[in-house]
Amino acid sequence: MSPSTRSPLTWAVHLSVLLLVLLWTLPTAGLLISSLRDKDQLAVSGWWTALSSSSRNAVARAPSAESQVERDGKFVISGSLLEGQGGQVSAFGFSSREPARFKPGETAELNDGDRLTVQADGSFEIVSDTRMEGSRGQRIFFTASTPPRFTIDNYVEVLSAAGIGQSFLNSLTVAVPSTIIPILIAAFAAYALAWMPFPGRAILLAVVVGLLVVPLQMSLIPLLKLYNGVGAFFGVSAKTYFGIWLAHTGFGLPLAIYLLRNYMAGLPREIMESARVDGASDFEIFVKIVLPLSFPALASFAIFQFLWTWNDLLVALVFLGAGDDELVLTGRLVNLLGSRGGNWEILTASAFITIVVPLIVFFALQRYLVRGLLAGSVKGG
Amino acid sequence: MQQMIYAVLTIVGGVLACVAYFWGTNFILDRIFPPKGPTAAAASRNLRTANAIRPWLFLAPALFALTIYLVYPVVESVWLSLHDRAGQNFVGVRNYQWMVNDGEFRQSIFNNFLWLLVVPALSTFFGLVIAALTDRIWWGNIAKTLIFMPMAISFVGAAVIWKFIYDYRAEGSEQIGLLNAIVVAFGGEPQAWITLPFWNNFFLMVILIWIQTGFAMVILSAALRGIPEETIEAAVIDGANGWQIFFKIMVPQIWGTIAVVWTTITILVLKVFDIVLAMTNGQWQSQVLANLMFDWMFRGGGDFGRGAAIAVVIMVLVIPIMIWNIRNATKEMGGR
Repeated sequence: MSPSTRSPLTWAVHLSVLLLVLLWTLPTAGLLISSLRDKDQLAVSGWWTALSSSSRNAVARAPSAESQVERDGKFVISGSLLEGQGGQVSAFGFSSREPARFKPGETAELNDGDRLTVQADGSFEIVSDTRMEGSRGQRIFFTASTPPRFTIDNYVEVLSAAGIGQSFLNSLTVAVPSTIIPILIAAFAAYALAWMPFPGRAILLAVVVGLLVVPLQMSLIPLLKLYNGVGAFFGVSAKTYFGIWLAHTGFGLPLAIYLLRNYMAGLPREIMESARVDGASDFEIFVKIVLPLSFPALASFAIFQFLWTWNDLLVALVFLGAGDDELVLTGRLVNLLGSRGGNWEILTASAFITIVVPLIVFFALQRYLVRGLLAGSVKGG
Repeated sequence: MQQMIYAVLTIVGGVLACVAYFWGTNFILDRIFPPKGPTAAAASRNLRTANAIRPWLFLAPALFALTIYLVYPVVESVWLSLHDRAGQNFVGVRNYQWMVNDGEFRQSIFNNFLWLLVVPALSTFFGLVIAALTDRIWWGNIAKTLIFMPMAISFVGAAVIWKFIYDYRAEGSEQIGLLNAIVVAFGGEPQAWITLPFWNNFFLMVILIWIQTGFAMVILSAALRGIPEETIEAAVIDGANGWQIFFKIMVPQIWGTIAVVWTTITILVLKVFDIVLAMTNGQWQSQVLANLMFDWMFRGGGDFGRGAAIAVVIMVLVIPIMIWNIRNATKEMGGR
């Protein structure tokens, strides 16, 4: 392939990869940008316009006649339509039929003879020759363009008011023990399956591989019954953190055993044999040699299990209560989708909080994740 | 805060209990069958007995948990599927009869087959294409990381991300959903995408494809790199062009891996639940088996018989892949 024929093809490759990357990242980017926008702007314009100023039609009411001041023999009510929000008024009017009849700086003659002037910066004056009356202020319609505004208000709101802060702690409470508890149990079992000969080992391995793909749905109803029975027997709630930790442990074990066994089986036989010649027992070999050498596989599994338990919705819905002190982030997000479905400032900020921890784990430990994926999928052919 | 302390205590307690169990049982085993004895024969007999017992000590906690959480439930689910809603009275195959005649179940089966056809195929296809393309450019690893990223996002989080893209505003007002904005920009009419029967299935599938392509890409990329250079060089010398090299030389050599990716995603598709629950909860004819099962588990106080019967259907669909997996794994592990 000479450079001249390769060049257009290379460009096509660059372009198509760029397109694919955009396609895959834009959805998340849109969420992040939206969560940082002012909620009034978010509701009326797409996130891709976040950097340009948005124009909105609004209506304001001038202060009532009580606030008028006398100046040079005339009576004046003044104020600002934009109230320090920044931006520009591009048109105004005083009736809903013609809300944009006047340009800023022009003077509009109101129905009762008063004169309304609105400047581009939003300040307005109503001037009258006689003392104004009435308890309701004049309505002023205007079109304003607002500069882009970014804020962390949405995050402040969801963390406190929407209960996301508490759910964050709940998710952490579920995920961390569920990640750590299975590791030791699985490591011992994996060592036995990799390096200790015993009758039935091949069958056990086959069973573990089979259990890898058992749908969770099969386990839900029997375990729910079991938990209810145990709860009733001991007079405690059937839905506890302890219960979900054990459930996640059970569901995570097949992958843990499979991953760790494959890794341990690949360790060099000589190390173990020389240790055995030196009089080390299986227990010592495992704790002093195999466990430290298996660190990469342990890390891979830990990442998987953490991501899976953090992102899980099904197990949490079944085995954990819906109370404020037990609802996990994913469950809370589903509830918000139902109750605050139109409030995108709440949803986007909440969603970003739920995905930020997995994203940090992902970017920090991607190496181990990839290694685990490659070892964890049953090889074919 | 109290629950965090509880969690930390459980971690410490759990780890200590594990250590105590494994260390303690080993200690006792070595005491009962000491590798030293009055005679050499007794010592070696002891050693053999201890070595026969020890694997089971190592395995016991894991086997116990696997039995309680996976093996027993599979048997019990099959059993429950033959019983009434409370799991008390035997009703034979009545739950399955009900299922076959239930419109919602048929809808779910139909939709599940759509998912099974589309999602594994497109995820694998995009994964393969991206893997092949990114291997040729200097910023390929950055591109891969970004495409892999959705893998870390929960299904519910992804559902919110995409629901925002599919957001619908009445015609005339400014669209804040990306898809409708594009449609309007090209002069089309905005649509409430996820409420369109039949087509909404595909809008939900996009989410899973978006998540799973990264997985396919990572596995297939490793497989492509494992292809021996000589085969490609030979093809180049013989004058094959890029397409021919890719489809006739590279792809046939990674068929096994493609099958693995395909089946792994297939199993995931059968279990897909969160996306449908969060996006439509089965409305507008978008129901799938896993969500229907969850629904029956709690609907009207919960119908365990029907729920279990639906779970058994999912299980039956998984079994062929399970057998295939076991075969491959035993073949591979036989050689250690």
